[in-house]
Amino acid sequence: MMRPDLDIIQHWIAPGSRVLDLGCGDGSLLEYLKNTRQISEIGLEIDANNIHQCLSKGVNVIEQDLNKGLQNFGDKSFDTVLLTQTLQAVNYPDVVIDEMLRIGRNCIVTFPNFGNWRSRLYLLRKGRMPVSKFMPYQWYDTPNIHFCTVRDFDVLCREKGINVITRTVVDHHHQGNWYIKLWPNLLGETAIYHISR
Amino acid sequence: MPKTIPKDSVGIVTPQCLHFDEPLTLRSGKVIASYDLMVETYGTLNAAKSNAILICHALSGDHHAAGYHTDADGKPGWWDTCIGPGKPFDTNHFFVVCLNNLGGCAGSTGPTALNPDTGTFYGPDFPVVTVRDWVNSQLRLMHRLGIDQWAAVIGGSLGGMQVMRWSISYPEKVRHAIMIAVAPTLSAQNIAFNEVARQSITADPNFHNGRYLEHGTYPKKGVMLARMVGHITYLSDSAMREKFGKSVDDPNSQAITSPSIKSNFGRDLRSGTLSFGLDTDFQVESYLHYQGERFSERFDANTYLLMTKALDYFDPSVDFDGDLSRTFANSNCRFLLISFSSDWRFPPERTREIVDALLEARKAVSYLEIEADQGHDAFLLPVPRYMEALTTYLRRVSAEVNGHAVESTEVRT
Repeated sequence: MMRPDLDIIQHWIAPGSRVLDLGCGDGSLLEYLKNTRQISEIGLEIDANNIHQCLSKGVNVIEQDLNKGLQNFGDKSFDTVLLTQTLQAVNYPDVVIDEMLRIGRNCIVTFPNFGNWRSRLYLLRKGRMPVSKFMPYQWYDTPNIHFCTVRDFDVLCREKGINVITRTVVDHHHQGNWYIKLWPNLLGETAIYHISR
Repeated sequence: MPKTIPKDSVGIVTPQCLHFDEPLTLRSGKVIASYDLMVETYGTLNAAKSNAILICHALSGDHHAAGYHTDADGKPGWWDTCIGPGKPFDTNHFFVVCLNNLGGCAGSTGPTALNPDTGTFYGPDFPVVTVRDWVNSQLRLMHRLGIDQWAAVIGGSLGGMQVMRWSISYPEKVRHAIMIAVAPTLSAQNIAFNEVARQSITADPNFHNGRYLEHGTYPKKGVMLARMVGHITYLSDSAMREKFGKSVDDPNSQAITSPSIKSNFGRDLRSGTLSFGLDTDFQVESYLHYQGERFSERFDANTYLLMTKALDYFDPSVDFDGDLSRTFANSNCRFLLISFSSDWRFPPERTREIVDALLEARKAVSYLEIEADQGHDAFLLPVPRYMEALTTYLRRVSAEVNGHAVESTEVRT
């Protein structure tokens, strides 16, 4: 099944555009966008299994660790740069965002919203870092080292002068209802930002 | 000899010698009036002639890439790990072509052939051939075989450089370019090693300015030395430690008595004691002697000199003011590049230069950096992740050119 954020993302990708996916996983999103939007794609990935999955899907994949920099990519060399559910796992999220905005004409960032009421309630009731079906790790072994909330990301965009083209926040039913639009940081589980500079 | 030929071997193969009469103008401006190319093919060309793969050999390779020439052959062709039924370059699906390049010494026209102008061996008069010249001759072979487009052109090291040249010079003739353990140019260090190899050959008293065949002799010692120094650059430090030594994990590690010592750094002795003389004391020495010896028995000294020159001269960006990405501007194949972590001859950073140029040129490119201990040699060895990547990639190529569904691949978990 297509992840909810991915279905929303495709509408922001112009047909035939050149797309870079940072941390592209098994290449599902790029494969989907190839089929629906006829993109020319490059994925970045470090996991050997994921890289093989990309090759078997015919998705172009480069073995490269985005924590070690993206200097090899030229300014505005891609139409869209994607970072889906990876922001919270990188060493320097602000640096990655800056680099994405340098490389891409526009960028799409999705991340789990740590400001969601479930996380807040978990922390309030148990006094421990939230663990759930969607965030199954303990604090010491999680790859997610930089959790943030919708409000945190809004502040980052403001401080950096990043233009937020669209901000969508969805819950686990993947719907952006009126009440989520009203209280995105409380009710939203996944934040999806379409940004540019 | 192989007691039985393995099931996944292409079996007994017979090379063919193809003659070409149309003069070939070389990059140097010299002309080869006519020439022979030794060729081996494996598998069957499909009706659409769309399933052909060209294999380009490296410095010491030739047309014999897979299978056996006779039942008595001890060893299969040089890339037998990859070519055969069910192997990455699957001969059930592909028609695989491999040739001995011009200037070689395995049957194609080269220094050991007779020069029609003089009636004697070409020897040192054989013109310096470049990667571009080889690719031009390979294009003629392609026409001779009735092939319009290669499903893939594949090569490692100097072979990878030929793949690169194909993608630049004949973009419409290549669907997939697969380059392994490759660099966009040689570094000063690479050229330096080549020069040591050349000097060791030309300084051999039996070299006779390259006319050793007329003198009925051969610069064996020089070729041995050249191969020995070359061989060191194909291995990694860790591969040599493992190959010529013991570690604590080794069941034969009685040699290591102190618990604080984890390995003997590849310092196994040949006979158990030091000679306190100039004899061969260590395993690594006798290994290099053996490799040099075997090589000198089969390889021509002048060919070795030519091959190292082709390496030194390789620089596809030379036509574009050194701008590698502009060099690829017209390429329209898909690219797969693979490097190996311990390769210090063409290390991953050098392969990345090509990847980055392709990214800048907005080409379709995939790149894998395989963790492997074996150094530059890894490209000829069955490193599991490497084999899986080639298999996976080529199954898609086969589906494309043979029009069937992609066979599922086992991927490690």
